[in-house]
Parts: sequence; C-alpha cells; structure tokens
Amino acid sequence: MNSDYAIEARGLSKHFGELKAVDSLDLKVPRGQIYGFLGPNGSGKSTTIRMLCGLLTPTEGSATVLGTHIPGKARDLRPRIGYMTQKFSLFGDMTVLENLQFISEIYSYPKADRKDRIEELLVRYDLTEQRRQMAGTMSGGQKQRLALACAVLHKPNLLLLDEPTSAVDPQSRRDFWANLFRLAEGGTTIMVSTHYMDEAERCHRLAILDRGVKVADGTPQHLQATTGMHVVEVLAEDPYAAQAAIHDLPEVASVTQLGVRLRVLISERVDQPLRIVESALARAGVRAEATISSATLEDVFVAVTMGPEERAA
Amino acid sequence: MISLSRMGAIIKKEVRQLRRDRLTFGMVFGLPIIQILLFGYAINTDVRNLRAAVADQANTSLSREFVANIGATQVVKFVDQAETAEELEAMLRRGDISIGVFLPPDFDRRVIDQTRSAVHILVDGSDPTVLGVANQLRNVPVQFGFSAQRRPAELIETRAYYNPERRTPVNIVPGLMGVILMMTMMLFTAVAIVREKERGNLELLINTPVSSAELMVGKVTPYILIGLLQLGIILGVGRLLFDVPVRGSVLDLYIAGTAFIAAKLSLGLLISTAVRTQFQAMQMTVFILMPSILLSGFMFPFDGMPKVAQYIGEVLPTTHFIRLTRGIMLRDAPLLELTPDFLYLVGFTLVAMTVAALRFTKRLD
Repeated sequence: MNSDYAIEARGLSKHFGELKAVDSLDLKVPRGQIYGFLGPNGSGKSTTIRMLCGLLTPTEGSATVLGTHIPGKARDLRPRIGYMTQKFSLFGDMTVLENLQFISEIYSYPKADRKDRIEELLVRYDLTEQRRQMAGTMSGGQKQRLALACAVLHKPNLLLLDEPTSAVDPQSRRDFWANLFRLAEGGTTIMVSTHYMDEAERCHRLAILDRGVKVADGTPQHLQATTGMHVVEVLAEDPYAAQAAIHDLPEVASVTQLGVRLRVLISERVDQPLRIVESALARAGVRAEATISSATLEDVFVAVTMGPEERAA
Repeated sequence: MISLSRMGAIIKKEVRQLRRDRLTFGMVFGLPIIQILLFGYAINTDVRNLRAAVADQANTSLSREFVANIGATQVVKFVDQAETAEELEAMLRRGDISIGVFLPPDFDRRVIDQTRSAVHILVDGSDPTVLGVANQLRNVPVQFGFSAQRRPAELIETRAYYNPERRTPVNIVPGLMGVILMMTMMLFTAVAIVREKERGNLELLINTPVSSAELMVGKVTPYILIGLLQLGIILGVGRLLFDVPVRGSVLDLYIAGTAFIAAKLSLGLLISTAVRTQFQAMQMTVFILMPSILLSGFMFPFDGMPKVAQYIGEVLPTTHFIRLTRGIMLRDAPLLELTPDFLYLVGFTLVAMTVAALRFTKRLD
C-alpha cells in the first residue's frame, strides 16, 4: 500500500491458444491519476483490464494491484475495485433504484448509509428522474451514468473502465469525463481504455497497445514530443492528387487525410522533409501548401502502430 | 465466510426478475395444470369402449345375460351383430371391431360341462394392450357363468379383484408430480446462470464480493418455494379432477418434495455452469428429461425393465421421488420407511451443489 503506484504489472501475458492477446506487458499506473489505454479493437485492452481485476488468469507474468498480488488474491481486491464493463451489464429488468440497491447490498455497504449514498449518486449522475425506470429502457448515456454510479457506489480506490464511452453521444462523453476528473480529484485511480483520440488526450498518462504489445507510454505531451517523426501538413485543393503525389515517396512513412489537409509522417532521420514533400508536389503539378507541424496524438498513434518496415523508411 | 445479507440480495433480485418475467411466471402455474390435464385425461392405460361384435348362436337367457354383462364392464362396446364366426373374422380383418364374441348353439351345456370352452373370443392381437384386455375379459364372464349357477356369493369377490373400474390417474398423478417438478425446476435453474452470462450480468456479478456459494444458494432458494407451490397445484388438481387420494401424511410429501426440488435445482445449476448458451442448457435439460420420464418407473413398471435400464434409473432423482410419492400417497407409507430414497435425494443435492459451486470459479477463462 505504500507504493506510489496503484498498478504495477511485470511481463503480463495472456494467450488464447496461438493468439497472444497480451504479450509481456509492463505497466505502472500512478495513484490518483487517469491512465488511458489506447489501442484499436483487438489490441488487448479488455484482456489486460480483465487480468488486472482477476477475471482472467495471466498466462505469464504478474501484477500488484493496490498492493495485492495478481493472480492469487483477487477476492481481497474486489471490495476496493470498481469495474465498468464494455457491454451494459446491469439488470435491464430492474429499475435504476433497484439496481443501485442491489449493488449496495452485494458490496455490504453500511446499512444506515445506503439510502443517503444512493440519493447522492442519483443526484450526482443525474438519474433522479429515472429512479423508477427500468434500466433496460434507458438511453445509452443514461445507462452509462448508471453503470458508473454502480461502479463507484462502494467508493473504490481503483476504477477500471473498459471502453466506457463507446455507446454514447459526444455530449454524454464530455459529461462523463467531467465526472471522471471529479473522481480522480477525490483520490480515485482510474484506468480507462478507449479508441478515441480526444479521450486519450484528456488522460494524465496513457499507454498505446497494438496487437497485444505496448508500443508507447507516457504523458500525452511526452508522447507527442517523442514520436521520432517529422509531421508535414499539406493543404491542397485536390487532396487526392496530392496524396497520390507523395504517398509513394520512399521517405514518407504514412499519409493521413483529414478533410482537405494531409498529415504526412516522415522519419526524423530524414533531412529537410518539407523540401522533399514540396518538390514531389511540384513535380506532379499539384497546387498545395506544405508546412511543418507538431505531432498530435493521432500522429503518435499512427507512428507507433505502423509496421517496422514503414517506420524504417 | 458466507454472508447472509449478500445471499439475501441475490434472492431478492431473483424474485424481482421472476415477477417481471411473465412467460416464466406463467409457466410456474400453467405448466403443472396443463401437464396434469394432458396426462390425466389423455394417457389411459386402462382400455375402455373397445369396438366389439357378438355372434350369439345359442340365444338363451343365460347367453343374453352373459353378453349384457360383458357390455356392462364398459371395456367393450358392442357396435354390431353377426350370425357366424366367419362373419366376426371378416369384421376383425376389416378393422371394424377389435374384439369378437362367439357363443356356440350349445352354450348353456358347455358352461355347465366345464371341460369344454363355452365362449370364443376373437381378438385383434396386433395391439398387446387389447390382447391383455381380452384375456381379462375371458376370465370374468366364464367364471361368472359358472358361479351364477352354483356359488353366487363368490361372484362379487372375483369382480372386485379384477377391478373393471381401475383408473389410470391414481397411478399417474404421483409420478406426474415428479415429472412436472423436474421439468420446471431443472429448466429454471439450467438457464439461470447462462442467461446472466449471455446478458453480460455475470461479468459484473463476479467482480463483486459475492461468493460462488452465495450466488448458487441465492439463485436456488426462490425456486424451492415455487416448486412447493407447484406441488400444491398438482395435488389440488389431482384431487379435484381425478380424485387422487393422499393416503399418507401431507407433511411427509412436502418434505420429500423439498428434497427432490433441491436435487433438481442443483442439477439445473450444474448444467448451467457447464454450458455456454441458453440453447445448450435446453438441450442438456431434454437430454436428462427423456430418461427420467422413461426409466424412472413413471411410464413403465420399474421391475419389468432390463437391468441396465434399472441401473440408469437408480441414478436419476426422479426415480427415487416417484417411489416416495407413490409410497406416501397410495400406500400410506410413512417417510421413515422410505429413508433410502429420501437420503439419496439429499445426497444428490449436496454433491451436485458442491460440484456446481466448484465449477463456477468466478473467472471468465
């Protein structure tokens, strides 16, 4: 408990037959922070979270979660962990209030304080009007708020959230993150997996997973500063033509189109990236304006998840 | 280690969900009533109103009385008359009748003679049940004809022995109790865990401090009450519509019922931990249901089954429960005299429940 880290994982691996869903993952999650887990579908985010809360047994490696050793004593950990599943997992045929009551009973929340705690959560998560509504009939945002309320009801030290915002609209997502920050300020460590860049950017720290392997971690600012890539932004009237002109250059690692803009990644080892792009555009007769830009998290993500042969270019 | 309040939370939740699941709720009441009506009215191993014809070549007062007496048993219903035995055979061949009764011209003399048969009964032997009935029929009237002349007192005794009034429901209902309880109880719990697995609830539940044992016991308890309710329905309907008696102690019956319900619920839970989808749970349930209906002594007399079938039957809780119900309801046997069957049910419950709780490891892999 005296560690500065809520989670410390060493060489955590999970294999499903031939598939290495998670491959020797090292992880350090500082207390009281929001730690993001960014990665495409199937990159091992859910598997890692499930291992950390004891739902899955690691094939190799181990972790210390809130001072408790995993695998082994997951049971002692349960009262101190809150877990929000990717899929809505509360009881659709019970009302909001009944679901909260059930959770309070199952976590043996002190009887005398149950009512107050539930009221507090109903207000905090804006569910007072839905208290008698069946949980299954609520909107995606309401369900998500109920799930969060249930996950934090017993005041856990660590909150594990598995793609909590994948089924809700942008406004609900913003409110949701406001709630997460409030919880973090209260001292709760939060680990959240996502595939949204804007969410990843809000995290204090994050790790990027790709095919079971951690390819980068650090603060968003640190990651953006250390991509190892030049970023050239190209503004073109005809972005398709511009893309065709530069895509096959040997120096170019990747080209991503954002509307009329192109984000071009070129290895840091290449000199004068701007001139390379400009001359290629001129050769193809494409009217475009190229500027050096700083890396966004999206650029980081593209850079770290690309294959080694592209990176070497 | 086990927390009663956590168990209580699970029980409360199950009852709530059950109350809102109208289909299941309907099954609790509907299934026993429908089943008992179906089995009570449709399955009748005592045969009545078999189509028959008579050729009475004697046409004496004794022969006419004899024919009338056969008709009075209601086992056969005379639908036609014939002149000769050949005509009866033709009717039999065409399937117009199942039984033909032929009385030769010297019927009266043959009845007294005793060394010669007085009546010929022609039977469509393709259905063994009909053949059995005919054999029974053959015995009654011959004895009657003989006794009518010498010892009329014995006549009544003989009739009582064969019991032409014998009714199937009296035999069926105690067994049916086992079959109905088995169906509903096993099905309810077989889907209980997988349903939560499919809906994703389980991933939430296993992350809470609730233990496997608390979850299992909590899930089973509400259904024990439902099972006892069903037991009452079956008893009531059996009594009301089919006049099935409870000769022994009702309390004994309920104690035996509780043990059986618990055994079936545990088996259902065990299934639930072994399968991945509700559909698989149904399949497994049917897989156990069939032998339980066929080999438990419900359909066929247990002692008449081949040895292997008897061994399988002995393993099934339904076999033991049907022995208990028949004993208590029909033979007025106290539960204390039936302890081996009762203990088997208790043991079965403990084993199945333990294995279920062990199998349910609170992990996803």
